[in-house]
Amino acid sequence: MAKEFSYLNFNRNKEYSYIGKSLKRTDILDKVTGRGKFTADLKFSNMLYGKLIRSTEAHARIIKIDTSEAEKLPGVRAIITAKDVPSIKYGLSPARYDETIFCIDKVRYYGDKIGAICAVDEETLYKALKLIKVEYEVLPAVFTPAEAAKEGAPQIFEEYPGNINTEIHLEFGDVEKAKKEAYYIRTDRLQGQRTVHGFIEPHCSIAYWEGKRVTIHSAHQSAHYLQHHIARIFNMKEGDVRVILPYIGAGFGGKLDVSGLDVAAVALSKITGQPVKMFFDLEEVWYNGRARHGMDMKYTTGVTKEGKILFVESEIILDGGAYTGLGVASSYYAGALLTVLYDFDNYRFDAYRYVTNLPPCGAQRGHGQPHPRYAFESHLDHIAEDLGIDPIDIRLLNARRANTVTPNGYEVKAYYLKEANEMARDVSGWKEKKGKLPKGRGIGVGNGGFVTGAGYCMYRTDLPHSIAMIKVYDDGTHAVVYTNAVDIGQGSDTVLTQMAAQAMGYPYEDITICTRDTDLSTLDFGAYASRQTLMAGWAVKRAGEDVKRKILAQAAEMLKVKEDGGYRFGKLTPEELECEEGIVYVKQEPAVNITFAEVARAYFVKHGVLIGRGYYHPGKLGGTHKGAAVGTSPAYSSATQIAEVEVDMETGLTKVVGTWDVHDSGFVVNPQLLHGQVHGAFSMGIGETIWEKVIFDEKGRVLNGNFAEYRLPTALDMPYVESLVVDTFEPNGPWGVKEVGEGATTPTLGCVANAVYDAIGVRISELPLTPEKIWRALKEAEGAKEKGGK
Amino acid sequence: MAEFIVDKDGIKRYLVTITVNGIKYTKMVKANSLLVNFLREDLDLTGTKKACEQGDCGACTVLLDGKPVNSCMVLTISVDGREVTTVEGLASNGKLDILQEKFIEHSAPQCGYCAPGILMSAKALLMRNPNPTELEVREAIAGNLCRCTGYVHYVQAILDAAAANQERKDG
Ligand code: FES
Ligand code: FES
Repeated sequence: MAKEFSYLNFNRNKEYSYIGKSLKRTDILDKVTGRGKFTADLKFSNMLYGKLIRSTEAHARIIKIDTSEAEKLPGVRAIITAKDVPSIKYGLSPARYDETIFCIDKVRYYGDKIGAICAVDEETLYKALKLIKVEYEVLPAVFTPAEAAKEGAPQIFEEYPGNINTEIHLEFGDVEKAKKEAYYIRTDRLQGQRTVHGFIEPHCSIAYWEGKRVTIHSAHQSAHYLQHHIARIFNMKEGDVRVILPYIGAGFGGKLDVSGLDVAAVALSKITGQPVKMFFDLEEVWYNGRARHGMDMKYTTGVTKEGKILFVESEIILDGGAYTGLGVASSYYAGALLTVLYDFDNYRFDAYRYVTNLPPCGAQRGHGQPHPRYAFESHLDHIAEDLGIDPIDIRLLNARRANTVTPNGYEVKAYYLKEANEMARDVSGWKEKKGKLPKGRGIGVGNGGFVTGAGYCMYRTDLPHSIAMIKVYDDGTHAVVYTNAVDIGQGSDTVLTQMAAQAMGYPYEDITICTRDTDLSTLDFGAYASRQTLMAGWAVKRAGEDVKRKILAQAAEMLKVKEDGGYRFGKLTPEELECEEGIVYVKQEPAVNITFAEVARAYFVKHGVLIGRGYYHPGKLGGTHKGAAVGTSPAYSSATQIAEVEVDMETGLTKVVGTWDVHDSGFVVNPQLLHGQVHGAFSMGIGETIWEKVIFDEKGRVLNGNFAEYRLPTALDMPYVESLVVDTFEPNGPWGVKEVGEGATTPTLGCVANAVYDAIGVRISELPLTPEKIWRALKEAEGAKEKGGK
Repeated sequence: MAEFIVDKDGIKRYLVTITVNGIKYTKMVKANSLLVNFLREDLDLTGTKKACEQGDCGACTVLLDGKPVNSCMVLTISVDGREVTTVEGLASNGKLDILQEKFIEHSAPQCGYCAPGILMSAKALLMRNPNPTELEVREAIAGNLCRCTGYVHYVQAILDAAAANQERKDG
C-alpha cells in the first residue's frame, strides 16, 4: 500500500525572506495618522449629497409618490423614482435576480427603496425628504418563515409561490439503510438569530460621469462585481464603468451586494451632471441588511456505540427577508460544508429559504456556517453526553482526514482538524477542567472551517478568478504590484506584497501595491469567501516568478564567473542563478553577484518596461448534482475553538473568560495578521452568541438599529484569547496557504454555547443566550426538579 | 456666547475661534454645526471618523482641552475659545507619537476605521495615567467600538506604549 502523503509539519524548517513573517502592514501609516481616505472622506468640486427615499410600510402597493413640494425647495437638484431609471432586475444570484433599482408598483419591506433625491447640502436633503409623500395601499405582511409558509399567506413575489425562495433536497449515500444500523439516534432542533455585520463604517458611494464613462467610488468588497452589475443594470460596456474603492471600513459580507446607493449615485449624477455622494446612516445599514440569516435547524444523527457518525439528516429553514441577494448560496452553504468537517457517508440535507417582509439577508462572515455549526456542535455534544463520551473524543473520532473526498464531491487535500482538536485540548487545560469546574463555570468545544475561495464566479463566466501584474521601475529601484484584490482590513495588501517580494526575490520595502481601481489595476473577484490569500496569492506569485525569470535571463548575460574561480568558464545559464532580497547571484558561487536593480535597468534599456504577469483559475471542481458548485473550493481550512465561561446563576449573565483557537490554515504568510483575524472572529462570535440580535416591531421596523441597543462586544467584554496554528501545507495554495478570516468565526457560537451548557446544565435552544433566557431556563429547571421531587 | 450675524433668511451664524492641533481657526458656523462636521467639512481634517452620530461608537473621538469627547455630540459653538486635538495632531515635527509607533508594531488596526478614535482615547489615558493597568486600558477604550480586532493588539500596543514612555523617563 502506498504511504499516505502527509502535509503536516511541512514548513517547520523553512525560512523565507518575506513570508512567514509579521512584516509591517502596507497601509498602516495611513491608518494611524488619519491620512488614509475612506469613501465618506472624499470630496469633489460641485458635489451633491443624496439619500434614498425609503418605504414606511412593510408590504404595500405604491399608489402615488408626490415629490412636488420637495422639488420646490431651493437646493434640491433631482428626485428620481422607478419611472426615471431602467427597470431591469438584478441581484447576486443569477437564477433569482429579483431587485430593481427602485420599487416598481410594490414595496416589500420597511425601508425598501422607492427613489432617491439629491441636494446641495445635507440639511436641505433632510428637509426635502420630509416633504415627499408616498400613498400606499397596505397589504398584509409576513415576518417569519412560519407566517410565510401558512396556507393563504400573502404572496411577496409572484415568482416564489408559497413564499419559498429556495428549496433544497439532497441525499448522498443511503440514510434509511444507515438508520437501521445505528446504535443510537438523536434529534435536536436549535435556532440561530438574525444579526448584522457590525462594521463601523456605513456604506457610502460617490459617482460622476465624464462623457460616456462613469466613475464610482464606493465602500464595497469587490471592484469587479460592482463594475459588472452597474454595467449590466445601465446597459453599458464594462469598460465604460470605472470602480475605485478607497479604504474600506470592513465588510464581513455586508458590502458585497450592489447597494441602492451605488445605483442611485450613478443615476443621479447622470441626470444632474454633477458628482453625487450617497450615504447611509447607521440605522439604514440595518435596513439594507444582507447580514446573517435567522435559521431554524433540525439535526437527526445516528452513531455507532463508539460515537462514529453513520448518517446525518439536516433540515434548515432560513428567514430570507425580502429579496434573494446571495441567499441561494447561503442556503446551500448552510448544509453543504458539514461533510467537510466530519467524515460520514450518508447525508440528507433539506432546506427552505422563505421570503418575508423584513430587510433581505445575505452573507456574513462564515457565510451560512456559524448557525449550522452552532446547532450541530451542540447536537454532537448531546450525543457524546448520552453515550458517555468526552466531547473532544467524539470529534477526534469523526474528524475528516487529509486527502479524502466528501460524499457531496469536495476534494479535501490538507486537512488537520484532528490535530487542531488535540492541540486545543492540550493548551486549554481541557482535561483538568472538563467536568471538574464548579457550578456556573463551564468549558465547551466547537469545530469549524471554511472554503478558501469559492470554486465558481457568482455569475456564469470563463474569466480567470485573479490576475496580477508587477511592473518594475525603469531603474529597477522600485516595483508596483497590480491586483484588484480588496483589502477590507484583513490585510490582503500586505500579504500579497509579501508574496510578490518572495516570488521576485526583491525587497518588501521597495514594493507598493496598486489595488481597488478597475482602470489602473487587474481583474480579481474581490474579498468574499475567504479567497484573497490563495487566489490573488497565486496570481501574484506567478507574476513575481515571471519577473524573476526575466531578471535571471538578463543577469545570465551580465554575470561572468572568474576564469580562475574554479567554477567554470564561459557564459552562465539562468538556471545557475538565484535572486534573493534584491541580489542576483551564482548558486555555486554566491560571491559572484549583481543587484536586481542593475539587471532590471539593463533589461529596460534592451527590452523596455519589465513586467511580470500572473493568472489564476481554480479549474473545474465538484460533482454534478444540483447546487454542486456551492461549497467547492481549492482548499478547506479547519479550526477548533474552546471557550471557558462564567455564568452568574442569579442573573444569568455570561462572561467569557478564556478562549483558545487552533487553526489549520496551511502556511501562514503573516502570523500577526492571522492572529488578528482570529481575535476579531472571536469577538464577533462571542457577541452573536450572547447578545446580538436584530429586533423588529409589528410593522417590520428595526427597533435596535444603533450601537447602543445592538451591542457589539467592547474591550471590557473580550476575554483572554490564545490563537495557535497547526503547521500544515496546502498543495493547492501558493506556498501552501489556506484561509483563516471566515473559518475562525464558524466554531465560536458552538463552543461558547457548549460552554454555557456545561456551566448551567440546561440547553437553551435559541441564540442569543441572553441573561433573561438563561435565568428563565434555570428557573424552569429548578421548577421541574421540585415537581419531580414531590 | 459667541458673536453672531443674522443672514437674509434669518439664520444666525456664530463667529468662533478654535485652536485645532495648535492652529487657531476663526470661522462662521451655524448653531447646529457639530464639531465632527466642523473638523471634517470646514477644516478638511477627515482623520476623525463618523459612524453612529449618536455618541455610541467613539469613531469621532477627539481631545477637547486634553479630554476625550465624542465630537458628534459636541456643538461647534460650545468649543469657541477652546483647544481641540485630532489624530492629525498626534505626530509632531514629522515624528509619530509613541502610540502610533506601537500601533504600527502590533498591526493594531485592521480596517482602521476605529483607529483614530482609539488613538485619541488612549492618548487621553496616557496623559492622565502614564502607567495604566490592562483593565484601565480596556476601560479607557471601552467607548470605542471595533468590529475587526477583538481589541487584542490594541490593548497590547497601548500597554507597550506606556511601558516605552516609562523607560524613556527612567532612562
Ligand atoms: S460617530 Fe460619534 S460616537 Fe459614533
Ligand atoms: S479595525 Fe475595523 S473597526 Fe476597528
